[in-house]
Amino acid sequence: MYSVNYHRANSVADAVKLLKTGDAKLVSGGMTLIPAMKTRLAAPSDLVDISRITALKGIKVSGKAVTIGAATTHYEVSTDAKLQKACPALAELASMIGDPAVRHRGTIGGSIANNDPAADYPAAMVALGATIVTNKREIAADKFFKGLFETVLKDGEIVTAVTFNAPAKAAYQKFRNPASRYAIVGVFVAKGKDDVRVAVTGAGDNGVFRAKTIEAALAKSFDPAALAGVKISADSLMSDIHASADYRAHLISVMAKRAVAAANG
Amino acid sequence: MSDISLTVNGRQVRAAVEDRTLLVHFLREHQGLTGTHVGCDTSQCGACVVHVDGKAVKSCSMLAAQASGSTVVTIEGIANGADLHPVQAAFKEHHGLQCGFCTPGMIMTATDMIARHPEGLDEATVRAELEGNICRCTGYHNIVKAILAASQTMSKASKPKKAA
Repeated sequence: MYSVNYHRANSVADAVKLLKTGDAKLVSGGMTLIPAMKTRLAAPSDLVDISRITALKGIKVSGKAVTIGAATTHYEVSTDAKLQKACPALAELASMIGDPAVRHRGTIGGSIANNDPAADYPAAMVALGATIVTNKREIAADKFFKGLFETVLKDGEIVTAVTFNAPAKAAYQKFRNPASRYAIVGVFVAKGKDDVRVAVTGAGDNGVFRAKTIEAALAKSFDPAALAGVKISADSLMSDIHASADYRAHLISVMAKRAVAAANG
Repeated sequence: MSDISLTVNGRQVRAAVEDRTLLVHFLREHQGLTGTHVGCDTSQCGACVVHVDGKAVKSCSMLAAQASGSTVVTIEGIANGADLHPVQAAFKEHHGLQCGFCTPGMIMTATDMIARHPEGLDEATVRAELEGNICRCTGYHNIVKAILAASQTMSKASKPKKAA
């Protein structure tokens, strides 16, 4: 790791000020950034640690409205009793990220700001129609994720929370790479009051995306059988040593069916 | 440089470290606590697992400065004098190791796992929970046996009144 200056922010305002130092980057759990710095894929001059800012931590559930602070860890999301009741699919998704030690450190804000094309949370945010709250504005998840490791976040902008209304039914199914355990395909299905949203991670060559043909079929009938004749195009899907685009297209359909079955319980 | 202050195995420690110092290097090289191992150095193998504020974390993927103000427990800090921790005793009893390199991380992961599952553990849960700990001797079978046995011993010890 190259030399770096570490700063601990006590508040969001403090973090904004510290971010103006050199080529500073935010760090929370550091489960992606620290390994990237160790391999010198990332070399920020300064790190601004926001993981201990109390205002960024915790989960609030009020009726259907869910708010999760950006510095809330995957472990906290996976074990929160109120969230398990309001949106068990999201709690379960969090329990499937990395391993227990990683879940103790990694945070939801860090995951979505990093926007790894195989990360789990982006699929949930898009399918839940979540709003990403920053220190400057509120951004619809549909607009937030821009491409591989890219979001619409601007310099000095810090994700502070995510909010969404708990859907009537939801589930996440992931087909893991057997070695890395990352999603080769992950599908989050959410049935709201009058619409169905389906988001796919791990597969798109531009990151997370909505599977509109699946959404349309499920809007008519929220049943795995409704997806029997639905073809997923392999255009704009990733092809790599782990899976071809055609295989990923096939998996999207399979994972979507499994997710609908799980959501229907 | 950062001035850091943390509790390591019950001892208050203050030190000036380079900001890029990883917690595992701080523990091994500055504190001489070489029980915590560096295996893969890419946060996959779990040989470096320690507890920070009561939670298992991979100390190769955390800066020492990030742990300032925290309470850290390493493999050296879990026995009670000459009495092994129940998880250590179970690893000994069930021969939950071959070369022993992964053992400190396995034991720190196991103690955290048992603490998070006071209701008890089954084999499938233990195997799933060990996702972040790799044993290249592939001696998982006895590791799992040891953790299950320790979980039973510890739940009996913590609930003495709950007789059958």
